[in-house]
Amino acid sequence: MRNSSFPRLRAVGGAPAQSADSVMDAVGDSHRGARRPHTFTQPAKFTRWIGCLQFLTLLVLTAGVSLAQSIPPDIAKRLDDLDKATKNAQMAGDNAWMLTSAALVLMMTGPGLALFYGGLVRKKNVLSTMMHSFVLMATVSILWAVIGYSLAFGEGNAFFGDLRYLFLSGVGAAPNPDYAATIPHQTYMIYQLMFAIITPALISGAFAERMKFSAMLLFITLWSFVVYFPMAHMVWGKGGLLNASLGGVYPALDFAGGTVVHVTSGVSALVCALYLGKRDNYPDESMRPHSVVLSVIGACLLWVGWFGFNAGSAMAAGSLASSAFIATHFATAAAVLGWMTIEWMMVGKPSVLGAISGAVAGLVAITPASGFVKPMPAILIGLAAGVVCYLMVSKVKKIFGYDDALDAFGVHGIGGTLGALLTGVFATREVNDLRMGKPMGLVDGFGGQMTNQVIAVLISWGLAIVGTLVILKICDAVCGVRVSKEQETEGLDLSMHGEEGYNLES
Amino acid sequence: MRKIEAIIQPHKLEEAKEALKNIGVDGMTITEVRGHGRQKGHTEVYRGMEYKVDLLPKVKLEMVVTDQRADEVIRTLAAAARTGKIGDGKIFVYAVADAVRIRNDDRGEAAL
Repeated sequence: MRNSSFPRLRAVGGAPAQSADSVMDAVGDSHRGARRPHTFTQPAKFTRWIGCLQFLTLLVLTAGVSLAQSIPPDIAKRLDDLDKATKNAQMAGDNAWMLTSAALVLMMTGPGLALFYGGLVRKKNVLSTMMHSFVLMATVSILWAVIGYSLAFGEGNAFFGDLRYLFLSGVGAAPNPDYAATIPHQTYMIYQLMFAIITPALISGAFAERMKFSAMLLFITLWSFVVYFPMAHMVWGKGGLLNASLGGVYPALDFAGGTVVHVTSGVSALVCALYLGKRDNYPDESMRPHSVVLSVIGACLLWVGWFGFNAGSAMAAGSLASSAFIATHFATAAAVLGWMTIEWMMVGKPSVLGAISGAVAGLVAITPASGFVKPMPAILIGLAAGVVCYLMVSKVKKIFGYDDALDAFGVHGIGGTLGALLTGVFATREVNDLRMGKPMGLVDGFGGQMTNQVIAVLISWGLAIVGTLVILKICDAVCGVRVSKEQETEGLDLSMHGEEGYNLES
Repeated sequence: MRKIEAIIQPHKLEEAKEALKNIGVDGMTITEVRGHGRQKGHTEVYRGMEYKVDLLPKVKLEMVVTDQRADEVIRTLAAAARTGKIGDGKIFVYAVADAVRIRNDDRGEAAL
């Protein structure tokens, strides 16, 4: 939950204790350091010199003390300086972690997702698929700087933000105490941008191998305005409808984006897959992944990058970040084993693609819960995600026959929904005391949280379905969304970009 | 002259090359090919989607030898490439009308 409550709580409770500890440590250290010169092994000559020095020091000190007595000590100023120094130190620590986290989250899109998705398509479409991820790193960034950040995080109303941060005006070095009190507002803004980039990139898994590049750019631009910015505002923006700590009507728990990122992208992916229709000759022609090797590398980068995604959502480098980091890791490990085991039982072989898909499913499902649950419930959430997402992509998809090419819906839509609901079950005040001592989730003793979670899930499903459908209609009218049959047969790398991924004979 | 064309398992290539070298065959052409005979391929499963892969990677060796040596080369090649399992491949033998060494216009067996 990216908002001020944690930093503020830390500032009230945790931080002074920490700084007191560190002062104690520093004092202890200096004592230990001071003891060493007072050994009795020094030669007499030196002792005499030291005697002279001690006398001189005494003189200077006496002069200093008498001077200080003549000017009344400005204790208030010194306390103020100390306070500033403490705050600067905390900001330095938190800012270091948040900038690192921002970079880690960008790494999830490129090369993480680009490799993960790139390996799963046929080799004639590897570049076009990687380009879907890569070009969003540029497109969404510019949108964000011009107006996106303002629409998502300006105060506005319950559904979207106002224009106060248009062109990033007012987003400077001073922290925004509503969102993150101990890091520069700029850091918060750039960290949030990385989420706005990866979310539409996730959708590209559904329309891979058959969407026009121009239509994709238009679609993603409109989608950011219609679905992402409003959804981010509702859950994380000040005064947003679902915000759990800044005045939401239905306070939903979504630590790092289960609804905002994964439900919206996954459900939009399903709508895209249905609207665009199946790939030519699907499922008769072989559409095997052309390189599971690339996908393995991508999945590993996603796993690592996700620490920035989830632990970074603590907005500070404190113990909540550690807790989220740990929950993320254990859930992912459990999801790998969950997917692998059920596939082994049902198909007879534990596939590598299954193992890495399980990892992504686990990462998705723990995302909303990561800052609210303890490690053992995290393992349960991961296991559930591994099994449920496996059944979605291998059984349910077959029953309905839609061509969600890279399973963006099966993994992100379903995994995100499952995670958002299980957050309401397992959230506990022991990890995150957001409700000031009152129970957080179902197991913690507050069943009512489930209602809020369901409302958040329904709103994100609804917004994603309606928004995506309308946008696809617009794109279709403007430039047509699907490539021609010839272009599709030739491959999007050649027909859209005039290149090939592998020119091994050159 | 006889042209001997053998389609074998890729992992048997080194053994076959070594065996031919040992009996003095010093020229051959190798191509990576895909195909199947009675073996009929295998099934791969990606996220529950089954794909029948019926064209499997094989290696094709081609060489031209004198009529007298043909039988020895065929037997050596077959012995070296054999695993005894389905999918080991086949050897085809053709009569060759003529051969030319491009460097100096040698013709017939002198060109081999």
